[in-house]
Amino acid sequence: MVPVNYYVVLSAILFVIGALGVLSRRNPLIIFMSIELMLNAANLAFVAFASVYETFSGQIFVFFVIAVAAAEVAVGLALIVEIFKTKKNINIDEMNSLKG
Amino acid sequence: MHLSETVNTGFYFLAPGLVLAPILGLLINAIFGKNFSEKVVGTVASLASGTAFVISVLLAYSVAVNHGHPVSVPFAEWIHIGNLELDWTFRVDSLSATMMLVVSGVGTLIHIYAIGYMHEDVRFKHEEGRFNRFFLYLNLFIAAMMILVSGDSYLMLFVGWEGVGLCSFLLIGFWYEMDTLARPSWANSNAAKKAFITNRVGDFGFLIAGFLMFWYLGSFQFDEVFAAAPAIAHDSPWVIVAITLFMLVGVAGKSAQIPLYIWLPDAMAGPTPVSALIHAATMVTAGVYLVTRSAPLYTLVPEAQYIVAMVGAATALFAATIAVGQYDIKKVLAYSTISQLGFMVAAVGMGAYVAGMFHLITHAFFKALLFLSAGSVILGLERGHHAHAHHGHDDHGKGKKKESKKEEHGHHSGHDDHGEVFDPGDMRNMGGLRKTMPVTFWLYMIGTLALAGIFPFAGFWSKDEILLDASLHYTSVYWQLTIAAFFTAFYMGRQIWMVFFGEARTDAAKSAQESPKVMTVPLMVLAVLSVAGGALNLPFEGFHNLGHWLEYTLGEVHALPLDLKVAGISTALALLAIFISWLIYGRNPLKAGQPDPLKKPLGFVFTGMENKWFVDEGYGVLILTPFKKLSQFLADVIDWRFWHDFVHDTVIAGTYNWLSDVVLSRYADQKGIDTFFNSWGSFTQWLSGNVRRIQNGFVRSYALSVLLGVVLILGYLILK
Repeated sequence: MVPVNYYVVLSAILFVIGALGVLSRRNPLIIFMSIELMLNAANLAFVAFASVYETFSGQIFVFFVIAVAAAEVAVGLALIVEIFKTKKNINIDEMNSLKG
Repeated sequence: MHLSETVNTGFYFLAPGLVLAPILGLLINAIFGKNFSEKVVGTVASLASGTAFVISVLLAYSVAVNHGHPVSVPFAEWIHIGNLELDWTFRVDSLSATMMLVVSGVGTLIHIYAIGYMHEDVRFKHEEGRFNRFFLYLNLFIAAMMILVSGDSYLMLFVGWEGVGLCSFLLIGFWYEMDTLARPSWANSNAAKKAFITNRVGDFGFLIAGFLMFWYLGSFQFDEVFAAAPAIAHDSPWVIVAITLFMLVGVAGKSAQIPLYIWLPDAMAGPTPVSALIHAATMVTAGVYLVTRSAPLYTLVPEAQYIVAMVGAATALFAATIAVGQYDIKKVLAYSTISQLGFMVAAVGMGAYVAGMFHLITHAFFKALLFLSAGSVILGLERGHHAHAHHGHDDHGKGKKKESKKEEHGHHSGHDDHGEVFDPGDMRNMGGLRKTMPVTFWLYMIGTLALAGIFPFAGFWSKDEILLDASLHYTSVYWQLTIAAFFTAFYMGRQIWMVFFGEARTDAAKSAQESPKVMTVPLMVLAVLSVAGGALNLPFEGFHNLGHWLEYTLGEVHALPLDLKVAGISTALALLAIFISWLIYGRNPLKAGQPDPLKKPLGFVFTGMENKWFVDEGYGVLILTPFKKLSQFLADVIDWRFWHDFVHDTVIAGTYNWLSDVVLSRYADQKGIDTFFNSWGSFTQWLSGNVRRIQNGFVRSYALSVLLGVVLILGYLILK
C-alpha cells in the first residue's frame, strides 16, 4: 500500500499552497479557491488517517467539512456581490475602511 | 471713737491711707478731670495730699502716745514663693512719721501753690489741656514717696524709690516737646531722660546692696536685717562695707551727690512746683532717709561712714562753687540744693543722724520757699513781658495793618520785639523787683536768710549742728562744709542783689506783676516755718525735741549743746560773705548788658564756675561719646552690615536662593525629572505610533498574522 506519510506530505503541500494563495492574491474569488484548497488538504489528511486506522470518523468528518465549506463560500460570494455593488471593485487591497 | 480709746491701738490702721488717698485723688482727676474746672482739679489733688498730711499727723500722734514704739501695719501680700515671703507692710515709727509729715505737709502747700502757678504756666505755653495731667503726676509722686518712707523693708523702700524716680521723669519732661523757653526742642525730654538714667545708675548700686543684703543677711525687712548684721560684721565685715557703699551709690544718684548729681540742674526744665517738691524738699531727701534708716548698718563700719561723709562734704563745696557762677535763678537754687544735700549726707555719714534729719526738715521748708518764690519771680517777669509786648503791639498794630495772626502768636510765645527769645529765669534780665513784687521779695529774703544760716532762722540751727558734729568728728569735713557755707551765703546774697535791688534791666522787669494769693499764701506758711523751724531742735537742754523724737528709732542720741565758737565762726563767715556780695553786686548794681563783675578778676576760675567745671562735657567725652560710638558700631557694622547684610542676606538667603534656583530648579527639576518623565511620554508616543501600524485595514496582513500565530503555536506544541 502507499505509506500514509505520502498522503500527509501531499496534504501539507496542498495546505501551504492554499495558504500562500490566500496571502498573495488580490481577487477574493481566487482567495476563496485557495481556502477551498486548504480545506481539501485537510480532508485528504482526514481520509488518509481514516483508512490507516480503519475507522469511519475521519470520513464522516470530511462530510462535515465539505458542507461547511459550501456554506461558507455561499456566504462569502454573497458578500462579494454586495461589496461590488458598493465599490464597483473587488480588489481586497482597497477594502481598508477598518484601518485604525 | 474717743481719743482715749485710741491710746493703745492708735490710728495705725490709717497708715495705708497715706498711699491710697493720693491714688484716689489721681483716679478721680484721671477719670473725671476733663469735666472739672481747673480749680476743682487742683482742689481734689490738694485735698488728697492734705488727707495724707492729716493721716501723717494722726500717725505721729499715735507714735508719740505709744512712746515711739515702732508698729508694723500689714497691708498686702506680695510675693509668696515657697519659703520666700515678701509683703507690703507699713512701718510707723518716729523716723518714718517725720518723713511723712515733711513730705505731705510741704507737698500739700506746693499743691495749692501749683494751682495758681500752673494756671498761668499752661496759658503762657498755650497748652491749657495739660493742667489736669500735672496734678495726676503730682499725686502719683506723693503716693510713691509715701510708699518709700512708710515701707517696712528695703524692698518696699525700693518700690517707692523707683516710683519717685518715674514721677521725676514724668514731671521734668512735663513740657516734653519744648525747651525752657517754649521753643520746640528735645531739651526738656533730654533732661528727663538724663534724670532717669542717672538715677538708674544709682538704682543699680541700690540693687547690688539689696542682693548682698538678701544673700548674706537673709531678709529685706529692717528689723531682721539689723538683727542679723552684727554677726556678719564680725565674721566677714566686707559684706557690710559693700552693702553700705553700694547704698551710697544709690544715695549719690537719688540725692544728687558726686558723681551722679548732674541730673538735678537739668531737672530745672520742669515746672517750678516740681523743682520745689521733688528736687528740693522730698525726693532728693530719700537718700538721706535711706542712710538714716540704715544707721545700724553704718555704725558697724566706720570706714564706710568716713567715705559717705567725705562724699557729702566734697559735694557741698563743689556745688557751692558752681552756684556762684550761674545766671539762671533756678540753677543757682539747684546747685544750692545739691550743696545742702551734701551737708545732709555728710551729717548722716558722720553718724549725726539727728542733725542730718533736722537739716532735711528745715531745708525742705526754706528751699521750697525759695523755689516757689523763684517761680513767683519768673511768672512775674512773664506777666511783665506779656504786658509789655501787648502794649508794644498796640503801637505796632496801628502802624502796620498787614500783621498776620501768626506773627502775633510768635510774639506771645516769648519772642520780644528784637526777635530774640526772652528768658524770664535769667537773673540778668531782672533787677529792682522789690518795688514791683514786694511780697515775693520779703518771702525770698526770709528764705535766703534761712539758707545762709543767719540767726535766728531755721537754717542757722540745723546747719550749725552739722558743723558742730563735723568739728568733733572729721576736721577736713568741717572745713569743707564751713567754706561751702561761706559760698552759700555769698551766692544767695549775689542773687538777692541781682534780682531784687538795683534798677530793672529789661522792660519785662519794669512791668513785673505780683503773684496772686493762691501762690503767696502757701509761701507765707513756709516762711513762718523757715523762721520758727529752728525750734524743732534747739541745742539747749530740754529743747532737743527732734533728737528725743528720733531716739525712739535710732537709739541713744548724743545731744550736743550750743558751741559758741562754731556758731560764731559760721555766722561771722555768713555775714562776711553777704557783705562781700554787697560790695560786688549791691553797691554798684548791674546794668543791662554788663558782664558779671567777677568775670575779669577771677578769670578762668569764674569760667569754670559758669560752666559747672565742665563736668557734663567731661562725662560726654569719657563715657557718652565712646558709648554712642560703640553702640553705633554694634548697630551699623555688627548688626546691620555683618549680621543682616552678610550673614542673613548674602550667606543664608543667598545660599538658599542658589540652592533652590540653580540646583533644585534648574538641574534637578528641569533637566533631571522633567527629562525623565518626558522620555516616558515620547517612548509611549513612539510605541503607539509603531503599534498603530498593525491596524492598517489590510485583510491580507491580518491573515498573515493569523497564520504566523498558528505556526508559532503549532511549533511550540510539536517541539515541547
